[in-house]
Amino acid sequence: MATIEINGQTIEAEEGSMLIAAADKAGIYIPRFCYHDKLSIAANCRMCLVEVEKAPKPLPACATPVTDGMKVQTQSELARDAQKGTMEFLLINHPLDCPICDQGGECELQDLAVGYGRDASQYNEGKRVVMDKNLGPLISTDMTRCIQCTRCVRFGQELAGIMELGMAGRGEHSEIMTFMGHTVDSELSGNVIDLCPVGALTSKPFRFQCRSWEMQNHDGIAPHDTVGSNLEIQVMRDKVMRVLPAANEAINEVWLSDRDRFSYESLDSDQRLTTPRLKINGEWKSTDWQTALEHVAAKLKVINEEFGADSTGALVSPTATLEELNLLKKLMQGMGSSNIDYRLRQQDFRGNQPAPVLGSSIADFESASTVLLVDSNIRKEQPILGLRLRKAVLHGTQVHALNHVDYDFAFRTASTICLAPDAMLSELAILTQLIAGRTGSSVPDAVSKLANGTEASVEIVALANELIDAGENGHVVLGAQARMNPNYSVLTTLTSLISTMTGARLANLAEANSVAAWQVMGAALDDGKNTADMIAEPLKACLLFNIDPRHDLLAGDHALETLSETGMVVHIGNFHDEALDDCCHVQLPLAAFSETDGTHINCEGTVQSWTAAVNPLGDSRPGWKILRVLGNYLSLDGFDYNTIAEVRNEAVAALQPIDASRVNTEFTVDELPDNGLKRIYDLPLYHSDALVRRASALQGAADSKAAVVLHPDTLQAIGAEEGSSVKFSVGEQSVELTVSSSNIVPVQCVVIPSGVDGCSAIGAAASVEVAN
Amino acid sequence: MSVPTTLSDASLAEIDLELAKYPADRRQSAVMAALRIAQDEHGWLSKEIMERIAEYLDIPPIHVYEVATFYSMYEHKPVGKHKISVCTNVSCLLCGSGGVLDHLKDKLGIGPGETTSDGRVTIKEVECLGACGGAPMMQVDKDYHEFLTAEKIDKILEGLDG
Repeated sequence: MATIEINGQTIEAEEGSMLIAAADKAGIYIPRFCYHDKLSIAANCRMCLVEVEKAPKPLPACATPVTDGMKVQTQSELARDAQKGTMEFLLINHPLDCPICDQGGECELQDLAVGYGRDASQYNEGKRVVMDKNLGPLISTDMTRCIQCTRCVRFGQELAGIMELGMAGRGEHSEIMTFMGHTVDSELSGNVIDLCPVGALTSKPFRFQCRSWEMQNHDGIAPHDTVGSNLEIQVMRDKVMRVLPAANEAINEVWLSDRDRFSYESLDSDQRLTTPRLKINGEWKSTDWQTALEHVAAKLKVINEEFGADSTGALVSPTATLEELNLLKKLMQGMGSSNIDYRLRQQDFRGNQPAPVLGSSIADFESASTVLLVDSNIRKEQPILGLRLRKAVLHGTQVHALNHVDYDFAFRTASTICLAPDAMLSELAILTQLIAGRTGSSVPDAVSKLANGTEASVEIVALANELIDAGENGHVVLGAQARMNPNYSVLTTLTSLISTMTGARLANLAEANSVAAWQVMGAALDDGKNTADMIAEPLKACLLFNIDPRHDLLAGDHALETLSETGMVVHIGNFHDEALDDCCHVQLPLAAFSETDGTHINCEGTVQSWTAAVNPLGDSRPGWKILRVLGNYLSLDGFDYNTIAEVRNEAVAALQPIDASRVNTEFTVDELPDNGLKRIYDLPLYHSDALVRRASALQGAADSKAAVVLHPDTLQAIGAEEGSSVKFSVGEQSVELTVSSSNIVPVQCVVIPSGVDGCSAIGAAASVEVAN
Repeated sequence: MSVPTTLSDASLAEIDLELAKYPADRRQSAVMAALRIAQDEHGWLSKEIMERIAEYLDIPPIHVYEVATFYSMYEHKPVGKHKISVCTNVSCLLCGSGGVLDHLKDKLGIGPGETTSDGRVTIKEVECLGACGGAPMMQVDKDYHEFLTAEKIDKILEGLDG
């Protein structure tokens, strides 16, 4: 530690840390543009010039390391002159038209110009004009306003891991741009909007919607992934205008994924349900809540009496809040049914269901020395965890990937093994067996049977040694795709065996509020009918909680068929569309995440509650209120809640603890058919839930592309080419899909995404045939 | 003129020689040399060529573009067979670089940034080339010519082949 003096105030600072950081800690503000505590130091704006005793000229506080005995003046005449001089230089070319700039009112340059700028410029020369760039559907540009701080460039290089923006040209001609008209496609691109200290990069969907001072801020929790990023939801006249990250070092630091940032756009989609509706003689009729809920309760009672409790089931989206999940489970149990499931994209329910958790805190995820990713495209599943992992890699973490597809992780992997689905299972078994041999553990026979006596490759041997050496600093991560695999139980068993034998932490990452769903449902997940059962045979009554069956269920179109044969389908949701209108009988409008109080439990087990930022749209109601009243109409006990806090406390108290013992040791492999192409599952980033699928700007972004991909050789073998239409068949069904080619996919395989129109006809099938 | 899209094996081999000077995980270090080699082959740097270099060096294309636009010696449009770079920085300016440009315009009918209609000569106005002691000066292809006079310029122009 060094003792320094800033403006006469003695402070302790770490030797070698930068002056500006020391001043920030002591609450002394030094003006800055290019400095950002999460980015590397550029020292190119010169705004933070300060006077340091014995230094012949002002020094930039962001690039001056603290040394013992340093005496610094941030407000002396020399410092102020230097800062004002810098401001004058920055304003030579910056337009002085704040009233028509979208950043006005929340602009760092505007704020500092008040303190350091002059009321008139000494310059009469024309200002520099820089052409705007098209950076895609999310980021709007006014490049004339750019002050070349390069925060956006450094974010891409250092955090997002793909350098898309750069500074071309030199001196007065330098411009921030992408490579010759490319768009910015990173899943974290929106963060450059927050980083930009001026109005050069602003939010495209929010452009010219309103002024920052017209909005109120509400805290919120992002509903899309298992990270539970903290949000600042900005509201004007009861409408969500914009979503920004709220800083939380333990969770999302100061970042936000584009999915969490821009999905608010669908909150006022045309497809929002705004009134309760009943289908009467095939016609949809709007009605009031009482009529609708009485109708549902009466029908459910009749069905329950006539066909028994087991004939009713509920499918709930993992985006539901803890309170909604708890009440829905209670409602089902009150009616005597355990048929409730949130695992909508799972098809293998054998064995115990491991908790969908990270296995460490989010911050500690960075401290692993070795990470094994299995069936995971972490960057496009959990963008914030991807960012954390990339940081870890830069600090020396070795990441190994055992996947089907050779994903672009934006960080270097120590090894990447990409295999077809069946070969990958064997490879994982070989690894398990090898680790067992080296650690003197025993593994079930099924492992050796699956490994089939194959010699381990050099990479696998190295990986096994590394995992054993890493011990509890290892981390085995099972990705969201694994869940869709017909041999999911094999994957969970093998990864948990590896984790048990090496001491590595074990992650099983899932969507949204899955941790809460798992903890709420507990034994009901094993006892009752699971998603596959409920789709295999039509129930007499089915409650859909915020689900669009075609896209949210892996079974896709097949789920719609089953539901259309179900006696009564009640849809409690944010949205409706044609397919839903066809298959259900009652639709109850549900308040969206910004319109209800709720609780999210993230992958590290942090319980985060939020309150509604706006009123529910139209006649929609918060889920917990709908379920409370429905419970009352069904004359069930324990539905007399007055506040959501009562529901929450009850839910939290009843949560099933996350314990690692719920893992399997035995498994059987579901053999895949030999003919046809083996299917590789995928859930594209912007197709993951109903909210995202309707967010218009995100749907124009690069990650919204949901391609059916084959290896070029496979494509040639089936006589197709890039962009052509190929007829795939599964059993009796067949569908034409546009294919693309890439050698990141193994041969004889095809990537068919879930959650996407067209592909929903393929359903959960693990292999497809190419029809002539 | 067709847009160059690929690098010859000879150029790639030359880039490999440059790459050998740096650690294996620092391929970006060879970016300036790679751009020079590519420009020597094609005369200028097309988008496709910069993408090819980015791919070969395993760095983002924008990174190549940053370097290629920072230095004025890299060409982003086709240039004539001969490139005349006239220094107009302060020493040369004081010693009459304006006259050099005027004389070139009289002789060739083109100004800075332009190419003769026969595609033979391109004139560029450049910043200091570090030969202030010989001001006014210009660079013709790879050679420096100092203490320029009208006669000297005429002689240089006559000496250009093709």
